[in-house]
Amino acid sequence: MTKVGLRVLVVDDEVAIKRFLRVALNGEGFIVLEAGTGQEALLALTLERPDLVLLDLGLPDMDGVEVARRLREWSQVPVIILSVREQETDKIAALDAGADDYLTKPFGVGELLARIRTVLRRQASGSSEPVFTLGDLKVDLANRLVTADGRDVQLTPTEYDLLRALVIQAGKVLTNHQLLRLVWGEGYDDLHILRVNISNLRHKIEPDPSRPTYIHTESGVGYRLKL
Amino acid sequence: MKSMDNRPDPDELLKHVQAEEPVRGRLKIFLGYAAGVGKTYAMLEAAHQRRKQGVEVVVGYVETHGRLETEAFLSGLEILPRRQVDYHGVHLPELDVDAVLDRRPALVLVDELAHTNTPGSRHPKRYLDVEEILDAGIDVYTTLNIQHLESLNDAVAQVTGVVVRETVPDRVLDEASEIEVIDLPPDELLARLKEGRVYIPEQAKRAIQKFFRKGNLSALREMSLRRAAERVDDQMRAYMRTRAIPGPWPAGERLLVCISPSPLAEKLVRTTRRLADGLNAEWIAVYVEVASKPELNPANRERIGKTLQLAEELGARTRTLTGRSIPEAVLAYARKHNVTKIVIGKPVRPRWREWIGGSLVDQLIYASGDIDVYVISAQVEPKQPAVPEEWRPHRPLGRYLLGIGLVALATLLGMFIRGNLEPANLVMLYLASTVIAAIFLGRGPSLLVSVLGVLTFDFFLIPPYMTMAVNDTQYLVTFSGLFVVSLVVSTLTARVREQAEAAIQREAHTSALYTLGRDLTSATNLQQVTEIIISHISQVFGREVAIFLPENGQLRVFASTPDYHPDTNELGVAAWAFDHGQPAGLGTDTLPAASLRCQPLKTAGGLIGVLGIRPKEPGRLLTPEQRQTFDSFAHQAALAVERASLAEQARQAELLQATEKLQTSLLNSISHDLRTPLVSITGALSSLREKTLMLDQEARDSLIETADEEAGRLNRLVGNLLNMTRIEAGAIHLKMEPCDIQDAVGAALDQMGDRLAKRQVKVSLPPDLSMVTLDIALFEQVLVNLLDNAVKYSPPDTEIGIDVTQTLRTVQIAISDCGIGIPAEDLERVFDKFYRVQRPESVSGTGLGLAICKGIVEAHGGTVWAANRSGGGTVITISLPKEVAS
Repeated sequence: MTKVGLRVLVVDDEVAIKRFLRVALNGEGFIVLEAGTGQEALLALTLERPDLVLLDLGLPDMDGVEVARRLREWSQVPVIILSVREQETDKIAALDAGADDYLTKPFGVGELLARIRTVLRRQASGSSEPVFTLGDLKVDLANRLVTADGRDVQLTPTEYDLLRALVIQAGKVLTNHQLLRLVWGEGYDDLHILRVNISNLRHKIEPDPSRPTYIHTESGVGYRLKL
Repeated sequence: MKSMDNRPDPDELLKHVQAEEPVRGRLKIFLGYAAGVGKTYAMLEAAHQRRKQGVEVVVGYVETHGRLETEAFLSGLEILPRRQVDYHGVHLPELDVDAVLDRRPALVLVDELAHTNTPGSRHPKRYLDVEEILDAGIDVYTTLNIQHLESLNDAVAQVTGVVVRETVPDRVLDEASEIEVIDLPPDELLARLKEGRVYIPEQAKRAIQKFFRKGNLSALREMSLRRAAERVDDQMRAYMRTRAIPGPWPAGERLLVCISPSPLAEKLVRTTRRLADGLNAEWIAVYVEVASKPELNPANRERIGKTLQLAEELGARTRTLTGRSIPEAVLAYARKHNVTKIVIGKPVRPRWREWIGGSLVDQLIYASGDIDVYVISAQVEPKQPAVPEEWRPHRPLGRYLLGIGLVALATLLGMFIRGNLEPANLVMLYLASTVIAAIFLGRGPSLLVSVLGVLTFDFFLIPPYMTMAVNDTQYLVTFSGLFVVSLVVSTLTARVREQAEAAIQREAHTSALYTLGRDLTSATNLQQVTEIIISHISQVFGREVAIFLPENGQLRVFASTPDYHPDTNELGVAAWAFDHGQPAGLGTDTLPAASLRCQPLKTAGGLIGVLGIRPKEPGRLLTPEQRQTFDSFAHQAALAVERASLAEQARQAELLQATEKLQTSLLNSISHDLRTPLVSITGALSSLREKTLMLDQEARDSLIETADEEAGRLNRLVGNLLNMTRIEAGAIHLKMEPCDIQDAVGAALDQMGDRLAKRQVKVSLPPDLSMVTLDIALFEQVLVNLLDNAVKYSPPDTEIGIDVTQTLRTVQIAISDCGIGIPAEDLERVFDKFYRVQRPESVSGTGLGLAICKGIVEAHGGTVWAANRSGGGTVITISLPKEVAS
């Protein structure tokens, strides 16, 4: 996959952070666009049409969550949140607002680049591929067939819907709320039922359910199918 | 089988329910018609039966009077120790209520419900003790003789000729869960008496023997059976009513009884109660205050209060009405409240007074319309005659002397002009004096004036002078005219004045309440509210006042009049009133021996405290009107106190919320500021390590430079935090030495280094600047912080100024920039810890720099302040004393 020529919009008010991100992203072959405020970011989004947004939450004029919510109204551009806020509620708010991933500052550039790659790959592949393969796990979305470690896995309809939701957005953190809405429908708010189904699913597809390799728990936030 | 075992035991369930919800205990009364019928025996028998059923039975107080068969029955029951009450050196055993409450049995036996406790006990009557025990959820078995029942008191006295002093209100019997009539034919009882099997106290032997006559016993027996039957009847009616079974219900009868200070009033009240019971009607007892009548004397007032209280105890509603005449007020009230029958006492005053004044009964009957009027006769001689209303002269002697003075004046004037005028005209002088005296001095003095006037008129002004002889009988007419005029005028005036006084008093009460309400609305906190309540109540009632509020579960005096100091006894009374939600202390049923009257402060939200008042003269009770006013005051006070404490709580919560918000934003700010440099450092370093990145030399240098700069920034930040902590902890030690300001400025500029690189700094120093004693290292830090701010908050190409000036005692260093300045309202707050001016453009910082500067400068005994420059930008000025006071 070529990254050359892909344009990344860095939204942060700290000059030093923008500086090292520019250097690092340039080194990876991205073209870096910069914005210091929420308004600037929204303007750059309409004018420049970047391929990816790195968004800080603590902007001087508006909250990053608000920026994410507004851009989601008309754009599907992948958004990765970079923030010092490490409270689960902040993460949930950002993800529910439409962000694709969340990285807590400070972070290593290697981790950031990995997240960028995941997000971009998902963007590129979309959900058009009928068979999803990850390690020993194979999900045939067209025929509703799941195989793990070469053997067929029998899933209940709910478990399958859950796995499907995670597979379609593989690599992205889905908040508990989002999962409940996708699988059980609007207005369902029973965390317990989600936990039970995730646990059952893990027992069926994970080699070692206590140390899951596929379905990763984001404590207090949600779940993610780890790519 | 298993499922059977798992089923909850109904008894267990019941116990559970009862434990969860404290219900009032059940009262069972063993009702007899005389001593010796076997009430105590029956009670003990029932207790044993309950004990066999597994109920926890305890004997609270049982008097066996040495009867062996009864005593034998006591064995096997747990007997609680009695409380020994000391009364005039004699120890009298009483029921120990606290012991019962502590022991908490399921059932307690208490003999002799009508017993009057020894003065100094908690309650004056035993039935009140029993009610407290019932309230605590403990069942009680007790015994009662019919003659002790309040409403039958008169009837018993009539039949037996013995007045029973120990009475129990009827409601106790009505509210009892169960009544067991212990019946024994009178012949058998008399036989038992002869055999000596009935206990009779030695000193009352004769009286009792008179009492134990067959006729008496039969009458009493009938009364007790009838009373029990009435109750069964009531229960049957209640049952039919709840099941909506139609029956011949009396259609909403309502009785009204008029009371007066006469001792017959009590009998009236009791009769009405019986009448009301028979009709199953509710009833109202009223006392009418007639505006034109003089005020009651305290003894009569007290009696009215007692009668009204008795009526309340017997289940009546009570009202005090005011009106121009008794029939008018009573009928107006009766019509308004759909009263169907009015009960009134047969007048006892002499017939001739009725001829003059008209009979109250006649007036009432004449105007009553469709309301029935019952006139109850007075058969018994009044035990205590009504205290006659005494004549009430105000500062009498002075008024009489003034009256005499008036007569003297009229006489002098008359003697002066007596030759020129007819005596008939001279009499006008006395007429005028009489009218003046009647209007201004009252009836007594005016009558004196009229008599003296007639005498002096005769003596001095009618020939022959200086004799009492009257030549001309025509002057007799003058005499009587003078006398009648004085009588009429003074009566009219007195009536008007008394009406006015009554109105003034009512007005005073209303306006006292009104002003209390008005003042309370203006009070903003609990302290003010309680002060207002106390000052108003002590003003209106002229007594010591205290407000008790619970604090950590214990009642304390929150506020009081200055001279009031509570003793533990009074605190106990207040605590009782608070725990039970009922008035206690002086003039109430509970602990009446106390010197304080305690009124619980109740609102819809529950009990919030207790209001206590203490009379200035010990033992003086409140009159019924005062009690009513006091109740309304207490109600108002309760609402106000509740409102104030709720407001206080809201304020506290708000404060807490604000503090929490501040702390959160502080934490956010610090974590943001500490992390931000770390983000850049980590990012730069990890980029350099990332092998896959294609970085040229320029990019690498840039990353290293970023990391280095940010590390420096982080270091300064940590240094600031440490300094702030030191300053806050008072752990800063000044190393004072003489120092050249120019040196310090130079060192600070040097330390700023690259951060100042492109800035032009204009330094101006006076040529003869003297040395200043200070800690050079800390002072350098102040200058660096201020310069750093100047750089951060002004455009990159503008000038920064350092101006040093001196006065005789101080040196001032002003650091100025051409930036955006500080909003005027923030000029002082910028020196607060963690305070940062909101900027459109984000500039990093902790909000600590200026706070640290202020701390250091103040440690040197100097001051620092911020101002805006006229041309835009900020000036921070430090003023340091040249000589530091050690």
